[in-house]
Amino acid sequence: MTNVLVCVKRVPDVSGEVALTADGQGIDTGQLGFTISDHEACAVELAVRIATDTGGTATVATVGPAEAVEQLRNALAIGCTAAVHVVADTAALGPADVARGLAEVAREQDLVLLGTDAADSGDFQVGIRLAHLLDRPVVNGLSTVEVQDGTVVARGDGPEGPETFRLPPPAVVTVMEGGVEPRYPSVPGRMKAKKVPIDERRPVAAPAGPNRVAYTLPPPVSSDVQILGEGAAAAPAVVDLFERIGVLSK
Amino acid sequence: MIIVYVETDESGATEMSREALTFARSLSEAGGGVPIDAFAAGELPDGLLAQLGEYGVRTLHHAVGDAVSAYGGGVWGAALQEARAAAGSVVVMASGTPRGNEVLAHVAARLDVPMAANVISFGGLAPFVVTRQVMGGSVLEEMRLDQRPAVFSVAGHAVEASPAATPTETTVAELKPEPAQTDLVARVASREAPPPDLSGALKTAKVVVGAGRGAGGPNGFDGVLELAELLDGTLGVSRVVTGAGWRPHHEQIGQTGSRISPDLYVACGISGAIQHWAGCSSAKTILAINTDAEAPMVTKAHYAVIGDMHEIVPAINEEIRRRRG
Repeated sequence: MTNVLVCVKRVPDVSGEVALTADGQGIDTGQLGFTISDHEACAVELAVRIATDTGGTATVATVGPAEAVEQLRNALAIGCTAAVHVVADTAALGPADVARGLAEVAREQDLVLLGTDAADSGDFQVGIRLAHLLDRPVVNGLSTVEVQDGTVVARGDGPEGPETFRLPPPAVVTVMEGGVEPRYPSVPGRMKAKKVPIDERRPVAAPAGPNRVAYTLPPPVSSDVQILGEGAAAAPAVVDLFERIGVLSK
Repeated sequence: MIIVYVETDESGATEMSREALTFARSLSEAGGGVPIDAFAAGELPDGLLAQLGEYGVRTLHHAVGDAVSAYGGGVWGAALQEARAAAGSVVVMASGTPRGNEVLAHVAARLDVPMAANVISFGGLAPFVVTRQVMGGSVLEEMRLDQRPAVFSVAGHAVEASPAATPTETTVAELKPEPAQTDLVARVASREAPPPDLSGALKTAKVVVGAGRGAGGPNGFDGVLELAELLDGTLGVSRVVTGAGWRPHHEQIGQTGSRISPDLYVACGISGAIQHWAGCSSAKTILAINTDAEAPMVTKAHYAVIGDMHEIVPAINEEIRRRRG
């Protein structure tokens, strides 16, 4: 029986252009939806599978604002069985603060899964800081995680090819997308998720902060693009170009 | 004093590690010429020492022994911290790769100091302010690193790798780390033979036809595959495509895929996120085909056609066949 904790972060769902707030301290989320990263979506899926396979529990946790309850409910809807919400203003936290916020929740668990990095802050360190706080082994960037005969078996792509790690629980694993397909919540799953009580907690320590001076947008690249046309009608102009630059052998 | 974790492959230090060493040199120069050390662990490729000398490295701290017989982020981190303490380094750097970030995070966690991932430049030295990529590179964050050591990784292609004007004679200082059990159990337990490098054709192709989200699904590649064939070229794809499992990873272009430098790159249905741009910006001519005239791929390209790749690409294929008779 393996009790798994999976940690997620509510982040703005940006696929297009990003705008900043006037003070440069945040992303203007007025027009944006919210989500969790693809890595975390895979981590939630893995947590649910491990809990199911071993007869354990899958608890989802987040450190974030009141609205992050949406991300907790989504994880509950696909099979997490409990949720812990450390209520805090994410913008005022650095990765070390998030790790501290999660540590007390994680202490009770056999296995902790996180994404390799959050989709917004891209810090690449919360899982490792958490493991150090708990004095537990940690492996990073794995795409599948299973528990076999009481051993955590995690696989992923290393720089020299596929790698396998085998470590004794309690342990921490950060997940990279690509190994599993996250499931979609069912309607009954969503109904059930609404009734699960959320364990609300407060951060234990004053935050050290993110050391952020300000966000900026990368300078726009000056565009010298030459538009050859619209739609299929542009095909002759395109092939003319191919001929001109000599890539079209006869 | 700066120490840089250097990742290696059979040819020596990886390109991104050489980029990190180049970044370290500009930081060293700004700081009045502080020495640069390197850290590496386990078996090292031939010629690494000479290469580090070309990049101005004073001392290579080389971790040896049973503990480093297999990779583990915690073990590497503990060893790097030991080397850093011995060298008295106040800056600890690596490249912004999965391992670079992992090893640095272990150092930062051990010392309870901040760490900045994927830095592209530095501003002032006092206070030490770095600029790093967040939100996948679409936003930059200026961050203060007040505590010492300052720990940060360098984003891929933030600087171009270039050797120092005058090479240095690099000395070696061996260390034999004895990490804690917690770190030892988190090492690679087994490794499979790497899959054959199928990306070779992509890296050397004269013409690359790329496809992204606009392909729409695993069956949306017929047109671009045909165009690639007509132009004697190769198919490349964006991360969205491999992430969704539509095409295999070895076809991926970008920061985490292949870097291409063809005569012509035709980017179909690719928005042109910064990670993708890092892999294709060396193409001599870039033609973007996209429904969105404001997509970064379109505005950065030399030429563009606005519209649906599924209409335009077959029309181009048809036109090529028509002209060939």
